Amino acid sequence: MNELNLFSIFISGMIINNIVLIWFIGLCSFLRVSVSLEASTGMGIAIIFVTTISSAVSWIVYNYLLKPYNLEFLKIIVFVLFIALFIQLVAMFIKKNIPGLLKSSGNYFTLITANCVMLAVAFLQAEYRFNFIQSLVFSLGISCGFALAVILFVSIRERLELAPVPKALKGYPLSFFIAALMSLAFMGFRGLFGL
Amino acid sequence: MNRFRIFTNGLLKENPVLVLATGLCPLLAVSVTAINALCMGIATALVLAFSSTTISILRRLTPEQLRLPVSVVVISTFTTIVDLVMSAYFPVLHRALGIFVPLIAVNCIIMNRTEVFAYRNKVLDSMLDGLGMGLGFLFIILIIGSLREISGNGTFFSSSQFIGYPAIIMVLPPGAFIALGFLMGLAQWFRNRQVTDRHE
Repeated sequence: MNELNLFSIFISGMIINNIVLIWFIGLCSFLRVSVSLEASTGMGIAIIFVTTISSAVSWIVYNYLLKPYNLEFLKIIVFVLFIALFIQLVAMFIKKNIPGLLKSSGNYFTLITANCVMLAVAFLQAEYRFNFIQSLVFSLGISCGFALAVILFVSIRERLELAPVPKALKGYPLSFFIAALMSLAFMGFRGLFGL
Repeated sequence: MNRFRIFTNGLLKENPVLVLATGLCPLLAVSVTAINALCMGIATALVLAFSSTTISILRRLTPEQLRLPVSVVVISTFTTIVDLVMSAYFPVLHRALGIFVPLIAVNCIIMNRTEVFAYRNKVLDSMLDGLGMGLGFLFIILIIGSLREISGNGTFFSSSQFIGYPAIIMVLPPGAFIALGFLMGLAQWFRNRQVTDRHE
């Protein structure tokens, strides 16, 4: 994947390999944050921000700490720890400076579960051997894809809130069918750039 | 609580997937074929049972503030062990499961069970709870994997093809959502029926 230019890395991360709809990563937080359009827009922006920074941190850790000492086999423990630490720091920062953001309950929880996305980005960029700029653009693309999927999903679900669906399919099953249709739509982008 | 009930709790009544809707990421991503699903289920169940046991053993030694880091380290240690064993003995499978083996470390089911159960209960109970929840997950992922392989590929455990024109969509990402949607709908239908039975 090294010869790709930055633009195609971004588009491929955001649309072609959409992390929620094609890879299913971060699905738990995806289903839980999608309550209202405002909340999920805020969440999406927060996730873009946090994922990009954590990707930079994990790139530095991987390439300057693990690789020189042949410690790649420890990468799961090290990445998970660094990301958990980073999330704690972010939560502390938000609690102190922007207390309103945490008021809508569940935001803190979703920041924590979003570590699924961050961890996936950390592993993927190590696997693809991206350089620093490439991995930044990649994580930006992935997290923008997450935000895009959440916002689209919420707008569809809000409209279906009052629709007369069978009682057994209310709630999660209906959400999965919406996600299936969205995933089908996103699969149409396969073949862009010949990826 | 009775030991047997703790064990069976995860299988049906509080099934981590159907009732709690956790652990969806590996469930949908890996269940393309039945064999992949089986291996992912076993790996997750192993990590869950061992981490629950270990965390329960350590629960009196861990200070309140260090709970999250301790459980994170324990879970990712077991994930690393599973990952390395798999890449040594089953390299083909390891490549097929790819990034989803390391992602067991942040599996919602494991995070949830260690936080909710293992920190508050005795060692044996936590082990049984971990095993039960792990088997509940294994059960569901195996059903979805078999469904998708049979309907989307026309094969079962890589046997010869017995359905002439399989619906390819079922092995693609949308098929995973559709299969899980119907399975959860079925579970909800059963639960609704039980509730109305009790009322009458």
